[in-house]
Amino acid sequence: MATIQIKLNGKTVECERGQTILDAAAAHGVRIPTLCYHSQISRTGACRVCAVRVNKTMYKTACTEPVAPGMDIVTVDPEILDMRRGILNFLLAEGDHNCLYCEANGACELQSLCFEHGIDVPPPSSAPRNLRVRDVSSSEGLRREENRCVLCGRCVKACEEIQLSRVWNFAGRGSHTHLTTGIRDLLGESECVQCGQCVQLCPTGALSFQTVLGRGQAWELTSRNSVCVYCGVGCQINFFTNREGQLVKAEGSIHGPNRGHLCVKGRFGFDFVQSPKRLKTPLIRKEGQLVEATWDEALDYAAGRLATIKAEHGPDAVMSFTSAKCTNEENYLLQKFMRGVIGTNNVDHCARL
Amino acid sequence: MTNSIREIPVSEAFFIIGSNTTENHPVIASMIKKAVIHGGKKLVVADPRKIEMARYADIFLQILPGTNIALLNGLMHVILREGLHDAAYVQTRCEGFEALEQTLQKYTPEYVAGICGLADPDQIVAAARLLAAAKPMALYYCMGITQFKSGVNGVKSVANLQMLLGNLGVAGGGVNPLRGQSNVQGACDMGGLPNVFPAYQPVTNPDARKKFEQAWGVPSLPETPGLTIVESLNAAIDGKVRALYIMGENPVLSDPNQHHVIEALKALDLLIVQDIVLTETAEYAHVVLPSYSFLEKEGTVSNTERRVQLMHRVVEPVGDDREDWWITQALANRLGAQWDYRGAEEIFDEMRGVTPSYAGMTWERLDRELLQWPCPTEGHPGTQFLHKDRFARGLGLLTPIDYTPPAEEVDPEYPMVLTTGRVLEHFHTGTMSRNSRILNEIVPGPYVEIGPNDARNIDVSDGEIVSVSTRRGSLRLKAFISDRPKANVVFIPFHFREAAANVLTIDALDPACKIPEFKVCACKVEKVYPREDVR
Ligand code: SF4
Ligand code: SF4
Ligand code: SF4
Ligand code: FES
Repeated sequence: MATIQIKLNGKTVECERGQTILDAAAAHGVRIPTLCYHSQISRTGACRVCAVRVNKTMYKTACTEPVAPGMDIVTVDPEILDMRRGILNFLLAEGDHNCLYCEANGACELQSLCFEHGIDVPPPSSAPRNLRVRDVSSSEGLRREENRCVLCGRCVKACEEIQLSRVWNFAGRGSHTHLTTGIRDLLGESECVQCGQCVQLCPTGALSFQTVLGRGQAWELTSRNSVCVYCGVGCQINFFTNREGQLVKAEGSIHGPNRGHLCVKGRFGFDFVQSPKRLKTPLIRKEGQLVEATWDEALDYAAGRLATIKAEHGPDAVMSFTSAKCTNEENYLLQKFMRGVIGTNNVDHCARL
Repeated sequence: MTNSIREIPVSEAFFIIGSNTTENHPVIASMIKKAVIHGGKKLVVADPRKIEMARYADIFLQILPGTNIALLNGLMHVILREGLHDAAYVQTRCEGFEALEQTLQKYTPEYVAGICGLADPDQIVAAARLLAAAKPMALYYCMGITQFKSGVNGVKSVANLQMLLGNLGVAGGGVNPLRGQSNVQGACDMGGLPNVFPAYQPVTNPDARKKFEQAWGVPSLPETPGLTIVESLNAAIDGKVRALYIMGENPVLSDPNQHHVIEALKALDLLIVQDIVLTETAEYAHVVLPSYSFLEKEGTVSNTERRVQLMHRVVEPVGDDREDWWITQALANRLGAQWDYRGAEEIFDEMRGVTPSYAGMTWERLDRELLQWPCPTEGHPGTQFLHKDRFARGLGLLTPIDYTPPAEEVDPEYPMVLTTGRVLEHFHTGTMSRNSRILNEIVPGPYVEIGPNDARNIDVSDGEIVSVSTRRGSLRLKAFISDRPKANVVFIPFHFREAAANVLTIDALDPACKIPEFKVCACKVEKVYPREDVR
């Protein structure tokens, strides 16, 4: 990769040819605010929040404009700030943004940009456009509250470029621009397969998961990474839990083979973990019924019977099924148990099923 | 998979056979869709149902269930006839070409189209040309290849095709089985199989036994291969197997021929079931041991591309549950072992000492790096694709394989073909997905998918109840009319205990690897009239 020199906020720095201004600046620790930009989709240059001054006279959107040798880039000055404030004021006034009632509160990119830029309450004259689609029940997994939409287009591209179900589209022009999912315009009646990728990429509370509302606010959630249990792709997932330890939502991790994407099972298939049906104690069959027992009782019983059966009928009278849902360590140990402790090769699992 | 998921953009064409990818491996499906729709890459799909992937295919071959091998032979026949194979690759890297060529002779497009139920033999010619022209071409398959009594031959057959085309050992090519569960790959790698120790070291090999005897500090290890799942259930009925210890499996729903499975479980003197909920299988247990779910565990799993990944504890355990390894260790120690593992990492470290393909992986490396086996030393970067310059055995073996019909063919009494599988929203026996609210809301119950013409023939409309019967049993289900199934073929998802598809399936086994023939058996479908109509 050829390197070139540019001037970034008055300092001469090296960067790679072909990089966008946004990436070049980030490489030198300079953050440029963005809204429609997302690293997992192609660039649109729709919101202009990332506008910077180039060669003193021009404004360019940093997320789309490549650097060129000798470019003189200023990422922030009073005029640029004014312009960004204007955009944010407009977006805020155009929708119906009451953070008190919003699932995205604390995790909303519009909210933090407004806070960062000192945006005040929008003027009362600008009546919020309350008339866009509010569809919070047609889809089992997704909620849509389009009065919070900033028309960034990330959802459109998430579905078009990552999931490839091509559900979202823009319709209308100018101030009538809005999102649509088809003729009846209900998510539940569209081609949506509820992978949740559009929600994961939406910067505001316009799209959210049914599992989130009322289960803790963004800053109360902690996330931990693990691997999906539902198929062999092995998607890495960041699971979010609230203060009570309840599972709230799942997001695809960019570090896994899935590169941020998930399917409906990885996205929503986690609440069995905290289902009331989970077993809580060992059980032993007594007089035909399974009754609760302590670990010592259950293990002594199981081991005692195994020993007897092995003694009377030989080790090959014992069989075990390991599990394609358990870890490598657990599978390793179970086959070691059967071979080394019981003394049989009777061990198999459901790879074939 | 011989190759890696991240090579999808490198492939020039894809051949998907026996995999309903968008429902069973959706994330990989999306990546392939992207390459085809936005990247203009070629796609050939072969499946009995007009699955979503078929919509994007340049050529869609709607074949009868159980006829994969005939189709693959037909494709190879055309490739050889037209000289489209990679002759240099075959000559330098493979052996057995003459025998294969011989066998392929009779598989003309016309002959194959007859077996597969394809109206137009030219489709086979066109598909062969397309697949041969694009290089590298990646082949993806799933249970639609393996769940037959000829499953092993199906796997050899796809390898034949890829060797003829020189697509093995190159980035973007490969033979890529999609594993259906999070750790099928790992369970096999770890020796969760009756004939091999970890890393596929045969139990019949005295050197391998000696190695494990020393590593585990035991005087001797058994040398005869053990039983497979289906064999062990037969042995239980015969009284030869007396005790069964099941970790996290639910054979009552997942295994073929449910009546037979239950009979086997009832015949046991001891059934130990270790699981997260009281499964259909646990209801027959003598002892039930509650274990951690995936989100309570720490440990590693290996995905379909041989990538080993760390799992972390996300939620605190419920009640008095324990890790599966803790339970196994507690049993072992009561039977005279002296194990003292305190965590998954200690077990992993012991394991990699005896598992050459994992030897170079450490917990810290897994935390930082993308590692795929084989990874023999700590300095080794892992292996993105297999068979780079040579095959494990040296030369790649082309194996002549003849098509054999399924165990049960249609007849006047059972005139239709039944095939089974999964739907997007559910997993396996439903223990997890059906206890997840949103997934259960999207697809709440069982159904049988049937084509519009077949439905009309028995005078059934969408949502009406039909009975589906085979020689083994019968089920009542809602009919779901769709244009996806091939004529005379019906599909039932097997996740649902209230209508367990495996009441119907056959337990015919592949003679080599004992995979049951889930994907095809003969059935009849009849309308169930409400009582008043009958009177
Ligand atoms: S959830 Fe997935 S399929 Fe549905 S609209 Fe969003 S991105 Fe598309
Ligand atoms: S719904 Fe969200 S992602 Fe989609 S355009 Fe609106 S703000 Fe952007
Ligand atoms: S999220 Fe979907 S595609 Fe990914 S591992 Fe889970 S089940 Fe498979
Ligand atoms: S972030 Fe660059 S234009 Fe929106």
